[in-house]
Amino acid sequence: MAESQARAGSRGTLRWLLRVIVVGYLVLLIALPIGLLLWRTFADGPGELFDALADSEVISGLRLTVIIALWAVLINLVFGVTISILLVRYEFWGKRVLSALVDLPLSVSPVVVGLALVLVYNGRDGWFAPALNAAGLQVIFNSPGMIMATCFVALPLVIREVVPTLTEIGDDQEQAARSLGANAVQTLWRITLPSIKWAVVYGVVLSLARAVGEFGAVKVVSGNVTGRTQTATLVVEAKYQGFEQPAAYAVAFLLVGVSIACLVVVALLRPQQLRS
Amino acid sequence: MLIPLAAVLATAAAGGWRGYLNVLTDDQTWAAITLTVGQAVLVTFLNVILGTLIAWVLVRDRFWGRSVLNVIIDVPFALPTIVAGLVLLSLYGPNSPFGLHLAFTRFAVWLALAFVTVPFVVRAVQPVLEELDTDVEEAAASLGAPPAMIVRRIILPSLAPAIGSGAALSFARAISEYGSLVLLSGNRPFRTEVVSVRVLTFIENGNNAAAAAVASAMLVIALLVIIVLDVVQRRVGRRG
Repeated sequence: MAESQARAGSRGTLRWLLRVIVVGYLVLLIALPIGLLLWRTFADGPGELFDALADSEVISGLRLTVIIALWAVLINLVFGVTISILLVRYEFWGKRVLSALVDLPLSVSPVVVGLALVLVYNGRDGWFAPALNAAGLQVIFNSPGMIMATCFVALPLVIREVVPTLTEIGDDQEQAARSLGANAVQTLWRITLPSIKWAVVYGVVLSLARAVGEFGAVKVVSGNVTGRTQTATLVVEAKYQGFEQPAAYAVAFLLVGVSIACLVVVALLRPQQLRS
Repeated sequence: MLIPLAAVLATAAAGGWRGYLNVLTDDQTWAAITLTVGQAVLVTFLNVILGTLIAWVLVRDRFWGRSVLNVIIDVPFALPTIVAGLVLLSLYGPNSPFGLHLAFTRFAVWLALAFVTVPFVVRAVQPVLEELDTDVEEAAASLGAPPAMIVRRIILPSLAPAIGSGAALSFARAISEYGSLVLLSGNRPFRTEVVSVRVLTFIENGNNAAAAAVASAMLVIALLVIIVLDVVQRRVGRRG
């Protein structure tokens, strides 16, 4: 009896120890620094925040980020869902390779992604330079290249969400629909897409967060021209290194807000997805 | 997507094997590579231990604020990397309220990598731990197995594949990290300069061939990690 009580006592201590280690680590590494950032942003009152956000470089950076993120999310939505359906529903040669490659952007450095795009699409000696020049398109140091870079890094997030859901729901309903005379488009619109709706939304929110926050790849591709090809994340770096800390903190605060909003949306969506 | 990556390899190969080795064994580049790999191993090791602990606490323990903790885990994943650097700098940088001036040292590199890789092991282990039946553990305990033995013989073996895949992802991420290090590490050659920064310096100097050589080495590492992951997942799939 005494022995089991002692054991329960030591397990209680262990439990508390673990709790303290875990909470302490997360607070010191994540919560406290972010709290401090928020505090610094508002240290001089909200007026400072609005002043910083009225800066023309900041405004153009934010505008560019919104445009790029929206395009990238839209493109990822279409391609992500298409690739997921291909991967789950069809058998073809090279499928395993494709499914492994889809994860590649998650483990490749953004800088390398940027470099890869520069090597292929730059207007001077890129692989596609003649074709691009003939068409009068400038991809690198311009928004198309930045959109491509953002798509590249955010694509796996959509696919990783949609593929498990598609696998799980199976194709019974689709087959039933087809046997009742529905054509491919009808099956897709009425059966497949509604059933993966939540997974798609979840993936889109995650890729939006990633698209807004992309830094390395965009930095390489954009040329970082102030006021023209500088996204919000690049503005943060430029402002900080230019000793305009308040502006850097203000933009960073907005970006933190966006990413936390995305997380909250996801946290709210999760239970709904499980219920359906 | 594939063509650009192929271009990196092609450009790297264009310089020939000798040129390739010259770039990689350049003192500064080599220092960056060893630093990056060393810190990544260190961070991954830490993540394996602390990540598993965090997952354990989140799944098995019940206390106030647990759900907040659960959301906090995902923050590094959603936070823009440059902001992550800025955020860490505000606590551990020159203006730290606690007088912790760690920026521009190797510890700062470690800190940034630890920050961005927190979610990987936790998120890999958590679902497995949730599905794990406590019956077996209770049976073992009722047969007189001490807690340490239960952890080692019953819990760890079933978590191992998840821990492995989380560790691989966190290693890959640590190797390739760039954004959070820009502001925090100071990028001092030979001391705190990581591989990604080195690649970017090559690009900015117009030396695309050298950049491609280093980048291709990183690509190979990324590919290896993916292959390891694929093998691990396959093995788990067979067992299940």
